[in-house]
Amino acid sequence: MTKVSMTVNGKAVSAEIEPRTLLVQFLRDHLRLTGTHVGCDTSQCGACMVHVDGRAVKSCTTLAVTVDGSHVTTIEGLAKGDKLHPMQEAFREHHGLQCGFCTPGMIMSAVDIVNRKGHNLDEATIRHELEGNICRCTGYHNIVKAIADGAKHMASTPAE
Amino acid sequence: MYAFTHHSATSIADAVKSVGEGKYLAGGHTLVPTMKQRLAMPGNIVDLNKVAELKGVSDNGGVLTVKAMTRHYEVENSPVVQKAIPGLAKLAGGIGDPQVRHRGTMGGSVANNDPAADYPAAVLALNATIVTDRRRIAADDYFKGLFTTALEDSELITAIEFPHADSFSYAKFRNPASLYAMVGVAIAKKGGAVRVAVTGAGSDGVFRWKEAEDKLAANFTAAALDGLAVSPSRVNGDLHGSAEYRAHLIGVMAKRAMGA
Ligand SMILES: Cc1cc2nc3c(=O)[nH]c(=O)nc-3n(C[C@H](O)[C@H](O)[C@H](O)COP(=O)(O)OP(=O)(O)OC[C@H]3O[C@@H](n4cnc5c(N)ncnc54)[C@H](O)[C@@H]3O)c2cc1C
Ligand code: FES
Ligand code: FES
Repeated sequence: MTKVSMTVNGKAVSAEIEPRTLLVQFLRDHLRLTGTHVGCDTSQCGACMVHVDGRAVKSCTTLAVTVDGSHVTTIEGLAKGDKLHPMQEAFREHHGLQCGFCTPGMIMSAVDIVNRKGHNLDEATIRHELEGNICRCTGYHNIVKAIADGAKHMASTPAE
Repeated sequence: MYAFTHHSATSIADAVKSVGEGKYLAGGHTLVPTMKQRLAMPGNIVDLNKVAELKGVSDNGGVLTVKAMTRHYEVENSPVVQKAIPGLAKLAGGIGDPQVRHRGTMGGSVANNDPAADYPAAVLALNATIVTDRRRIAADDYFKGLFTTALEDSELITAIEFPHADSFSYAKFRNPASLYAMVGVAIAKKGGAVRVAVTGAGSDGVFRWKEAEDKLAANFTAAALDGLAVSPSRVNGDLHGSAEYRAHLIGVMAKRAMGA
């Protein structure tokens, strides 16, 4: 067993874990943050996406021990109480989801895209930047619209 | 994944001393998937993520040094890389997807030598030097075949040194599912010398295409490559593309790297 400590959604957590524990297992099984999903478990689909020190990563391909000391944000960390994050609100407004399985990863990816590329995102940029996310339902069209709109609304809301 | 012990290294010396029969962990974006599939089963993992002396990029006006733990995202966005060898920053920006680039490292990619990886083509074309904890290895002596390099057990890549070139460009035809190169061609020119490195295609991994180098040294234009072809016999075929298809693609990508 190895001790890990990190800040998850603003709260300090530490635990004794097996070194082979994936970050996604740590979040879901140890911290009961089940908003982060496992779609493929092979680094392809992005359902497991979280932010580590402000950058989107696939938590199914990251060992928890390797991000010891980091700040991690999951989908649960975006809303402020009952008030949805502007990107969550945009997905709701534009019907950017059907079954919703990919949605936590899509939203974490979307927020990361805005952090890196700014608030005015054209369709080509969004589609290109979504390369690491797979959705089996929507055909992506409304996801792209939601992200473009969510990006604009994030400009008028304080950053995550 | 099988159980293993984990040591978070504090320095290069600590990492090399601790690794034993185990493996180094850099970005983990090759090693973790391989361990999940039980294709790799190291008993001990030495984690490089907290080794400060393995991070960063510098340039002395003639040579760009990228330390091993520099992530693809950092290479892509580094003003130092963009100024010294802009084509290398561009190549890094075409690796995988944004999340892979946030974790994956240059040292991990060059140590792994996946036959479809991008960096090996840049290392070979730019005649880079692989710096390890114990020696310096020229690119021409480093790549030894599929997933095989000149590295000894426990040998740690600390940095890669890229001499500046007059020009460097890379054209990649990516596999839309894996995002790796079906074929990638890197071309570097320095004075009268031209080096052309091909990744994704060779049955022995990345290789130099000498015939193209000679043609381009005489006439550095895309047209100089007209009619030149790699023999399918030295090229890999698989379900994504036959050897003939890939061999043809090498010529096409070489011309694209030349701006055609
Ligand atoms: C979905 C996906 C898409 C990808 N697409 C591409 C792509 O388009 N092009 C591409 O080139 N790559 C691609 N990759 C691979 C990615 O770039 C990897 O991150 C990279 O090949 C390995 O780097 P790493 O830092 O993750 O190494 P790790 O996975 O940590 O290590 C890989 C190997 O190198 C060894 N190692 C690591 N660092 C050192 C060191 N400093 N010295 C000695 N040995 C070391 C490890 O022990 C291990 O054997 C992709 C990966 C994924 C998951
Ligand atoms: S579950 Fe991690 S990428 Fe699919
Ligand atoms: S909404 Fe079902 S996978 Fe995207």
